[in-house]
Amino acid sequence: MTMTSAERLKLAFSHKEPDRVPFAITATMHPAREMGLTIKEYFSRPENIVEGQLRLHRKYGSDMLCCYPFAAIECIAWGGEAIYFDQGPPNCGAPVIKKPEDILSLKQPKVCESEALKANLKAIADLKAVVGEDIPISGVTVSPFSLPIMQMGFEAYLDLIFERPDLLERLLQINTGYCIEWANAQLAAGAAAVMYSDPAFSPGIMSLDLIKKYSAPTAKQVLSKINGSAMIHLASARGLAVVDDILQAGFFAMSASAEDDLSELKRACKGKLALAGNLNALLMPHWTEKDAEAAVKKAIAQAAPGGGFVLMDNHGEIPFIVKEDILMAISESVRRWGQYPLNWLSDYES
Amino acid sequence: MCNRMHEIIKTQKLFVQALMCLDAGRCRELLAGLKAGENNSIHPEEVVVPALEKIGQAWEAGDISLSQVYMSSRICEQVMEKILPQASISHDNRLKLAIGVIKDHHALGKRMVISSLRAAGYSPVDLGHGLKADELVEGALREKADILLISCLMLASAMHVKDVVEGLKRAGSQIPVVVGGAPFRLDPTLWQEIGAQAAGNNSAEAVEIVRNFAGRRP
Repeated sequence: MTMTSAERLKLAFSHKEPDRVPFAITATMHPAREMGLTIKEYFSRPENIVEGQLRLHRKYGSDMLCCYPFAAIECIAWGGEAIYFDQGPPNCGAPVIKKPEDILSLKQPKVCESEALKANLKAIADLKAVVGEDIPISGVTVSPFSLPIMQMGFEAYLDLIFERPDLLERLLQINTGYCIEWANAQLAAGAAAVMYSDPAFSPGIMSLDLIKKYSAPTAKQVLSKINGSAMIHLASARGLAVVDDILQAGFFAMSASAEDDLSELKRACKGKLALAGNLNALLMPHWTEKDAEAAVKKAIAQAAPGGGFVLMDNHGEIPFIVKEDILMAISESVRRWGQYPLNWLSDYES
Repeated sequence: MCNRMHEIIKTQKLFVQALMCLDAGRCRELLAGLKAGENNSIHPEEVVVPALEKIGQAWEAGDISLSQVYMSSRICEQVMEKILPQASISHDNRLKLAIGVIKDHHALGKRMVISSLRAAGYSPVDLGHGLKADELVEGALREKADILLISCLMLASAMHVKDVVEGLKRAGSQIPVVVGGAPFRLDPTLWQEIGAQAAGNNSAEAVEIVRNFAGRRP
């Protein structure tokens, strides 16, 4: 019996094997091309995003949809700007916190007063009205400890961490309030769960002592106050060394980096924390359809047995230059090789 | 020779340990000890540059974090600036280096490369960040750079390095472009596609690449 995407994901996240491995094609910008719009035009109206997500689902059969346009939307909410590219996602403009002392007068933006965030909420609500309970919609929020990378620039942020822990504490407090409000607004609009984007929880980005001191307690605090469950996304960064910290913070799933050994990560997470990943999105522009199939099979072989796995890219955003043929090859491969039980694994050699 | 090498390796190890503890004072002491005469045949650079290389390799292997690499390179830069008179710090100080970030305000990579280059005795000119391709071309030409280094975090900005390479060619310049950053690490052939001459996986590799270019100069 064929399951709905919601049923499939629910079983997978419960560490059971559904009918097949669930997957998500996070080609957030590709519908713009199909709809004859520039990336800027596409993201300018929530109606476009709803239409784009529906097209992605019809074309590739993604089990999870997402209306979050790009991370720079958070910069806009804080009074900054997004810089658009013709062939890629918008990037954050100049930092909104120019010097550490600006934190003293920083005010938490209200979600209901931000046109950019309100447009995103409308997209979630409108999409939910179409897909109902069958296809889960993921909300996204950047974590309070990662947000300053965009708010003030990474270099200035690291200087702040080491030189002004007093101001860091204040900034984290303000960001935590914002993050909780933003996550809850998306859940209220119809998101099934929240993707908590937190590259600063990765030991590739922050040292383990900083993760234990700031990333983990901050995440725990946010999760205790949001009205739903959350998966952590490390935005391509490694996570193996912090699996226990992620688990203790209360996440039900985590992203798998292309730089992590997926088999090892699966061993560490099995039965406790679901994984989503780990196709290398930056290699996809070079892939042939055979490469895509091989990568899908390898990821399934490493992480899908026993459930607890969603196949997707490592970054949560597939580059615009990746061809539709490759996205289709990924989709077809997971539908072919991801059927449970995975009997073919006994003869599989990567 | 053996004693000297032994001493260098021992000091490098202690220096890396001090960097991992963010102990700038201990780093300064170790280098000052070399300069004070007890090991005066050892140049501080022989300790600092390999230490940064080890740290870069440890980051690539997933053993340490970007925050530790950043703080290490910053401490090295500060310690070297204090300990050595400006005139004596570079054997390649005539090599003009320019560095910038294209179409992006993520400037951490640039900062780390600048610190590592300074710790190794170079004086790179910082062209800034959030730059358009033609601004990088103009900056490199204006500074009469021998090498243009470009740091990228996002794939979209990395793809625009191609415009810089083409802009330099159109201007009749042969300034080599060296790139670094996450897109080039995750896609090891991307630097060739966009026409760069080399790519570094970490800031210490940037120093090695610059030294190789310096060695090729007439």
